[in-house]
Amino acid sequence: MLRLEKLVKTYKTGDQALKAVNLEIPEGQVLALIGPSGAGKSTLIRCINRLVEPTSGNVYLGDVELTGLSAGMLRKERRRMGMIFQEYALVERLSVMENVLSGRLGYVGFWRSFLRRFPQSDVDEAFRLLDRVGLAHMADKRADELSGGQRQRVGICRALIQNPALLLVDEPTASLDPKTSRQIMRLICELCKERGLAAIINIHDVALAQMFVQRVIGLRFGEMVYDGPPDGLTPDKLTEIYGEEDWEATIEAVDEDDLEAESAAS
Amino acid sequence: MSDAAFDVAGRIGQPWKKPPFIQRRWLRWTLLLGALAYLIAAYMTIEVNWSRVYEGLERGKKFVLAFANPDFTTRSSDIFEGMMESIIMTVASSVVGIAISIPIALGAARNVAPLPVYLICRGIIAISRALQEIIVAILLVAIFGFGPLAGFLTLSFATIGFLSKLLAEDIESMDKVQAEAIKASGARWTQWINYGVQPQVMPRLIGLSMYRLDINFRESAILGLVGAGGIGATLNTAFDRYEYDTAAAILLIIIVIVMGLEYLSGVIRARVQ
Repeated sequence: MLRLEKLVKTYKTGDQALKAVNLEIPEGQVLALIGPSGAGKSTLIRCINRLVEPTSGNVYLGDVELTGLSAGMLRKERRRMGMIFQEYALVERLSVMENVLSGRLGYVGFWRSFLRRFPQSDVDEAFRLLDRVGLAHMADKRADELSGGQRQRVGICRALIQNPALLLVDEPTASLDPKTSRQIMRLICELCKERGLAAIINIHDVALAQMFVQRVIGLRFGEMVYDGPPDGLTPDKLTEIYGEEDWEATIEAVDEDDLEAESAAS
Repeated sequence: MSDAAFDVAGRIGQPWKKPPFIQRRWLRWTLLLGALAYLIAAYMTIEVNWSRVYEGLERGKKFVLAFANPDFTTRSSDIFEGMMESIIMTVASSVVGIAISIPIALGAARNVAPLPVYLICRGIIAISRALQEIIVAILLVAIFGFGPLAGFLTLSFATIGFLSKLLAEDIESMDKVQAEAIKASGARWTQWINYGVQPQVMPRLIGLSMYRLDINFRESAILGLVGAGGIGATLNTAFDRYEYDTAAAILLIIIVIVMGLEYLSGVIRARVQ
């Protein structure tokens, strides 16, 4: 579904953010990308939809190679990749509804979007999505009136209304409290399952990643140093990804968290 | 976890002061004393002719007293005409100026426009700002003759430099991620501007536009002095005829209108935040 081949990103400053990353993600797989700050996680997902231009290498979304596309073709392909941001990245002075509908900009013409006259099907879908995340009653509120968790839900709706095949999720829980973090992660993973979406989730909270995903990629200094199931993250592996630290507590905490989450869910 | 090179023991019990902005002591004092000496010398070169001031006080008194007794009626039709002309000039030039400023501001924001466009737009802004209103007005009066057309064009031109520059700076300091999120949805450039950029800079644009309207009105009173029409022409005539009471009436009207605009812009800005 998504295939990265020898993806390299070297910034103008000379920093090598990605060093020949190869990665293949099958249809419907939710994957967590972990690693220390500056490991290149954010760069990696931004290179996929080319918010950051990769220096070399190829990105295949289905059969389409993305790195060589013209601006117009890239816009078409971006519609198939929904993005969810750290700090939500809602346009704060627009209403919740406008924010959600902005996910359809790739499908509607300028004047329609300028006059906010979206097709009825888009409006219906926006309300359905908002209702799914429990925010339909907030549709006409301004985005900056919402709490952090609510904003991230709107961000999720904005990504999903694109009708994407892939979700690119950049630190979705970085500025949320632990409970809201779990709710958001659970929501993202549920929605991916419902719609059969693949997702790459950047996350620095290892325990949270282990709770929700089927596969974990560990990135260090722009190189993949781990690719496997979440329970394969032993203290040795974590040391390899993050550097020397006492990891026993983190791993134990995960087990407790799991139990707690299950009991909360039931 | 202590820093190896840092001697903490030597600092314990010592007073702490904020490190000075200029590290070298001699340079710091030279700059300070030099600036002080220059200031004193500069003030000493400004001559004051006290006997002239004494004479002038009498004239000044007449002028000020006229405010207590403004004459709105004698030249009321002149005042009314001039005022209407000024208001037309102000509104027309503000609308045209702002309409031209917006695309130039987009072009002059480095995070929105490519480098060649950026340089051209910055160039336009630099020219507009370098040429002072009065100078432009004198030139345009020479080209188009006396009257409000020259004033209208002058103010439009001046608005571009002012509004484009400040709006471009606001665009450059916008939150990048909000705009990025719109881009990631596959929006085209125009949609990206409309959804990602415009909402972020709209309050500033409205605030600046109101402020510029206010400036243009005040400027329209000055431009009349060089023949570019408006209330300034009426004001100038009043001064030439030593009709301080009529001049006072005109100035009072200008003050009231400027204050009204100030109040209005405050209300509007509070609403669009």
